[in-house]
Amino acid sequence: MGKLVKKIVRSINVDLDKCNGCRACEIACAAYHAKPRYSSFNPNRARIRMVIDAQNDEWVAVRSTNYTKAECDGRRTYTINGKKYSECSFCGMICPSRDLFKEPDSGLPLKCDMCEGEKEPLCVQICSRNALTYEEREVEVEADEQVKPDEMELGLQSLIDKYGMQKLSDAFARMSQKG
Amino acid sequence: MRYAETGYNLEVDLSRGNIEKVETDRRLTELHLGGNGTAAKIIWDRVPPEVEAFSPDNLLIFSAGLLVGTPVPGCNRTMVDTISPQTNFFSHSIFGGYFGPELKHAGYDKIVIRGKAPDLVYLWINNDKVEIRDASHLKGKGAQETAAIIKEELKDPRIQVAAIGLAGENRLFMASIEHVNASAARGVGSVMGDKRLKAIAVRGTKDLQVANPEELFKLCLKHSQDMHASPFVGDLMAIEWNDAFHHDNFAWGNARVRRKGFWTQEIEDRWKEYTLKIRDRLQGCYNCPKNCHLVVKPPGRQRYILKCFGKGTWHMAAFKEIDFTFDILALSQEYGVDSYAAPQVIAFAIELYEAGILTDKDLPDFPSDSGDRFYYLLEKLVRREGIGDVLANGVYRAARQIGKGAEEYDHNTIKKFEQVPIKLGRVNYPYYLMYCTSDKMAINQTEGSYPQDPIADPVERQKFVDEWIAAPERFKRYFMEWEPRTNPSVEASINICDWNETMHYVDDATGLCAFCSSFRGQFGGGTAYHIYNIPAFINLAAGMNIDADDLWQIARRNRNLVRAINVSRGLRRADEKPPEDHWKIREPEKEKELLDEYYKFKGWTQDGIPSKATLDKLGLGYVAEEFIRRGILTGNEDNLYTETPCYSDEKQKENMQFSALRKSSEFTLTEYLKKNK
Ligand code: SF4
Ligand code: SF4
Ligand code: SF4
Repeated sequence: MGKLVKKIVRSINVDLDKCNGCRACEIACAAYHAKPRYSSFNPNRARIRMVIDAQNDEWVAVRSTNYTKAECDGRRTYTINGKKYSECSFCGMICPSRDLFKEPDSGLPLKCDMCEGEKEPLCVQICSRNALTYEEREVEVEADEQVKPDEMELGLQSLIDKYGMQKLSDAFARMSQKG
Repeated sequence: MRYAETGYNLEVDLSRGNIEKVETDRRLTELHLGGNGTAAKIIWDRVPPEVEAFSPDNLLIFSAGLLVGTPVPGCNRTMVDTISPQTNFFSHSIFGGYFGPELKHAGYDKIVIRGKAPDLVYLWINNDKVEIRDASHLKGKGAQETAAIIKEELKDPRIQVAAIGLAGENRLFMASIEHVNASAARGVGSVMGDKRLKAIAVRGTKDLQVANPEELFKLCLKHSQDMHASPFVGDLMAIEWNDAFHHDNFAWGNARVRRKGFWTQEIEDRWKEYTLKIRDRLQGCYNCPKNCHLVVKPPGRQRYILKCFGKGTWHMAAFKEIDFTFDILALSQEYGVDSYAAPQVIAFAIELYEAGILTDKDLPDFPSDSGDRFYYLLEKLVRREGIGDVLANGVYRAARQIGKGAEEYDHNTIKKFEQVPIKLGRVNYPYYLMYCTSDKMAINQTEGSYPQDPIADPVERQKFVDEWIAAPERFKRYFMEWEPRTNPSVEASINICDWNETMHYVDDATGLCAFCSSFRGQFGGGTAYHIYNIPAFINLAAGMNIDADDLWQIARRNRNLVRAINVSRGLRRADEKPPEDHWKIREPEKEKELLDEYYKFKGWTQDGIPSKATLDKLGLGYVAEEFIRRGILTGNEDNLYTETPCYSDEKQKENMQFSALRKSSEFTLTEYLKKNK
């Protein structure tokens, strides 16, 4: 048994029934993470995306969770109140089967960081309809030595997956020599 | 550096299959802002008055407003401008949803379409990659069906589509352009169909620059939260259950019968229950916290999204109930017909049948139930089959084509255009002016900033005025003087008409939704956007430096340019009349005075033509020159428009940079109308 430590778990709850499909969450997220901050309002840079199929009354806000190089079989469907959803509609993985959560120019993964440092995530702040609500809970967990990869590492990982370690380290060596 | 706008238009020539990305002139933004302002400039420059609607030389212009795609909440409108086959004048239409922002992110402010494709095509705009694609497989398909097929074949659910249905393909004068939860009305679908353009599909992933991103974003975040909390923003008729306003006051059938007392608690409960049964959710447009749309799935029909007063027009025209509307809309929106003009032309045909002017020969196997008759005629109409081919040209033309006294039944059009069905008692002065002089052909595109009705209680009236941030001071005076069952003075009426129309021109240039702005002042006075706070958004987003007076001047310029286009196409005072029996009791002398004084105030001739002095002062000297060349003006007209400053001692510029929304917790439209109607 590892040592127990106190930890704050931050989470966002999504109430699909309250969503009006305005996509303001996408805009706010993109703005907050733009460099310089607020310099872009491009939904394609957001770490939260609306999966919309109006004809099926499908309006689902999905936050990106993790990067993966492999797509899953993604074949399951769920029927809720007579409306059929693909499992992809709820999935936050940054996977190769779709262009969600990737920088439009570079294709690098965009992972939700819960707006670290803000009292409330931006997507929640702008969602006045309360489809997105924020929750903080204190929990006791086993001390976890593992460090989660940050955005840069995720980006590197995706480049490794795309080009292979060898090519990447060659390029890295070449670039470091040039200074 | 261009801010808020992309600085590029997409020019598409469907005859030659040519596509070009063209940089635009930043000075035009300063003069006209964008949207229908810059579209009017293009039409003035490139579509001479000899060019008819169905000529390949007519242009069909989609414009995302200046602030569309920026974080300004509730700003998502795409304006569709062209020459209308129905009126032969400038046709103005708008739709919300998601199309405009996507277009901006694809790198364009406008799509300018000329020519005619040899066969049915659709346009696919994927950032810089633009193609004209075959659409033969989409022929006859419904509007949303088309959108779904396109998204599927291009393998991207995030594509935004604007499409026509069968009505547009068959060039019905009342054909709309449909997009997810919105539609461009007033006949622009017929021009799209004439160009053999089934749809436009857009996908954009580029950035859009604004001048002061941080300040703008923070302001917009706060404004969006305020808008959500405000009952003075959005379409309350979508969410309140009592609709006595339309059902007791508007006219049923072919704009004929007023059914006072129709609305009862029993109707309200029953309609509410039915609506809740088939309604999946309330829904909004891009970057707007309101919920003006109903996502519905009536039994046996596909799901669709309903908006605005389409919720009432169909069953009122057919003397039916709300279930009828929900059901027929599932068809009519897929066919792509306007919910104002189409029900009216059908009700008109039914009257002609009852009067024996149309017979069983024109309408073989015509059903007896009014609802069945609607379905019957809708099918004929969208296929231009038999009598449908005549009705498809709108009430005005159909009446003349049919003859035999049918003209008598065309009693609700202005400038050949179907009007909202309202029949009232005594002439209303500001409304008289709005109906007569609007170049937008529709009262709901003209009214909206000044309340429709006075407040009887002097204490409440004073309170209303005290909290009325949106109003320039003179309107507070007019409102304080306004007693129930009286008309405002001539001076007040002219100013009211002027303010109302000005705010629409502001919205239609910036892309702001009228339900957050120009249309919502009339019910409660607390609209989210007004002449005083809009400049702050424009300045932060577009890097301009304008105040309320500058904004008013730009709107005035756009108003005069649209008027000039119509004047060059023959519009004169004789055309400026309200629908025939709109008011039972008329005041011809007063009406003449109103029109005389309005023209003077606008700086127009007594024939409704902008004078040389007015045009010159607005920087539209080129219009004056053309008018003189064509003999429309002599060049000696020196009647200048009346200046109406927005700032005063009570409203100093420094304090009006950004004024918050009027607060209210308990406002409902139902109560408001009950009290003041
Ligand atoms: S901001 Fe909220 S209501 Fe709007 S799309 Fe996102 S989750 Fe839905
Ligand atoms: S929590 Fe922050 S990073 Fe995550 S989706 Fe919301 S706005 Fe984006
Ligand atoms: S107020 Fe209503 S119609 Fe206007 S943008 Fe918002 S949701 Fe759309």
